Amino acid sequence: MNVSKTLTKFVRYIVLVIFFCLYILPFILVVLNSLKERTEIISNPLSMPKSFNLANYFSAMEKMNFAHSFMNSLIITVFSVALITIFSAMTAYVFVRMQNKLNKFLFFLMVASMIIPFQAIMIPLVQIYGSIGFLNSKWALIYMYIGFGASLAVFIYHGLIKSIPLELEEAAMIDGASRLQIFFQVVFPLLKPTTMTIVILNVLWIWNDFLLPSLVLIKPEERTLPLSTFYFFGTYSVDYGLLMAGLVVTIIPVIIVYLFTQRYIIQGVMNGSIK
Amino acid sequence: MSSQKFFDRLKVQLLFSGPTLFAFFTVVILPFLYGIYLTFTNWDGVSTSHSFVGMKNYLAVLDDAAFWTSLYKTMKYVLLTVILINVVGFFLAYMLTTEIRAKNLFRAGFFTPNLIGGIILGFLWQFIFSNVLVYIGEHFKIGIFSSSWLADPDKAFWTLVIVTTWQYSGYMMVIYIAGLMNIPKELLEAASIDGANAFVRLRKIILPLMVPSFIVCVFLSLQRGFMVYDLNVALTNGGPYKSTQLVSMYVYQKAFLSQKYGAGQAEAFVLFLIVAIVTLIQVYVSKKREVEA
Repeated sequence: MNVSKTLTKFVRYIVLVIFFCLYILPFILVVLNSLKERTEIISNPLSMPKSFNLANYFSAMEKMNFAHSFMNSLIITVFSVALITIFSAMTAYVFVRMQNKLNKFLFFLMVASMIIPFQAIMIPLVQIYGSIGFLNSKWALIYMYIGFGASLAVFIYHGLIKSIPLELEEAAMIDGASRLQIFFQVVFPLLKPTTMTIVILNVLWIWNDFLLPSLVLIKPEERTLPLSTFYFFGTYSVDYGLLMAGLVVTIIPVIIVYLFTQRYIIQGVMNGSIK
Repeated sequence: MSSQKFFDRLKVQLLFSGPTLFAFFTVVILPFLYGIYLTFTNWDGVSTSHSFVGMKNYLAVLDDAAFWTSLYKTMKYVLLTVILINVVGFFLAYMLTTEIRAKNLFRAGFFTPNLIGGIILGFLWQFIFSNVLVYIGEHFKIGIFSSSWLADPDKAFWTLVIVTTWQYSGYMMVIYIAGLMNIPKELLEAASIDGANAFVRLRKIILPLMVPSFIVCVFLSLQRGFMVYDLNVALTNGGPYKSTQLVSMYVYQKAFLSQKYGAGQAEAFVLFLIVAIVTLIQVYVSKKREVEA
């Protein structure tokens, strides 16, 4: 009995280790090859680099205009996520606290709209905003993210706000606090765990999004990281060492953040799925 | 209700929901409705005027064999990825909820691909399929890898399926772990005492109680599958010979490269109907299978 139990445990462990390698090895291969010369890669992509040469990194960062697109991505992600979170929490709050036919309908409409694939909207979206000259700016993109991100965030907040007892707010109301004060001082702090979830889901989406920014941001100086990676690969398609270095520099910041926030991110995804 | 009170309420309503609703209506609802209108016109994306063409675009959709081929491939891709993502995701979650060391390390590792965008993952795997695996194939004489999978239409399709499974199974794993941890321990212990082995416990207790998690995960993987674009562009770019052009990419090219906006939008609208019908059926059918613990 005990022997077979130890054996199953051992087999289980081996299987997990194999899977783990499959999930991590691709990243390691990229790092390995990012340190090599093109000829070295072609002759053997599995070999260890002959020297520890960071030249590819500097060259890739310069050619991708890395610092600039990193900042673009950062600005877009920070503003979009902050605004989605605050606006959606406020909207969910009125939908719960001021239940009337209109709000019920609006809430239903937002939930129903989640089924619309982005592809069904992109053509008219580009047409409408192109014709009023609203494309090609970070702020237009941030504005669109609020529109696209609001539904899910309102939906998740709505479920939680329903469970907050009204008495908490009534006490504050008697003290003469305005609705806005009540919301920001009483309700919003209570939503913190959900806010974490919404922030995480939206950061993962917006930081990595490609299709919407590729339609909205046409000028090279407005490019986000996924966009500049895309054009970089189009331009230097055979210089493998350089390309791999480009991938590494875009992946590294994410991995560093992940090392510190890993538990929160996984918790956030868990909470976001329970509907 | 006095009018003063009415205006107070209106003020609160506008202050709290105004910004969100304005963005939502102008970014989602308005383009969606305008898109339906576009499908009845012959707009080319450049000219300032366009005329009404009735059902012509929809009839063109029916005639567009390339569209249906890409839709068929997308369906095949969605079916395969939904199954594989969820089987692998559930399997990993099941293994990680048993007694095992270094759970957090495994969990964090399997989730890693979800942090990185499809464009970057696509380029990463492009290098692996066309350089690393080809090298392994030639060096160790493994026939199946000796030529690049990306150069062969059938194998290129499978690269998309494999990378998608690799990319999303860790995400679904996390959701399944949450579900598995919610299964009451007493229930499983009671079954063990009654002589149910691991397989019977899985089949009779765990799977039925996991239906809500399956609904969420299948829904998410269905939607992601139908909407895949980044990975398609970066990994295969639709090739070789447009053999792996999935529907999202097809619609994109039709509208923005061939400048057939009306026809492209009609195809996008057909895609919307299919996605809506498939996901509604999925949620409806699986809701009926839910059981209480």
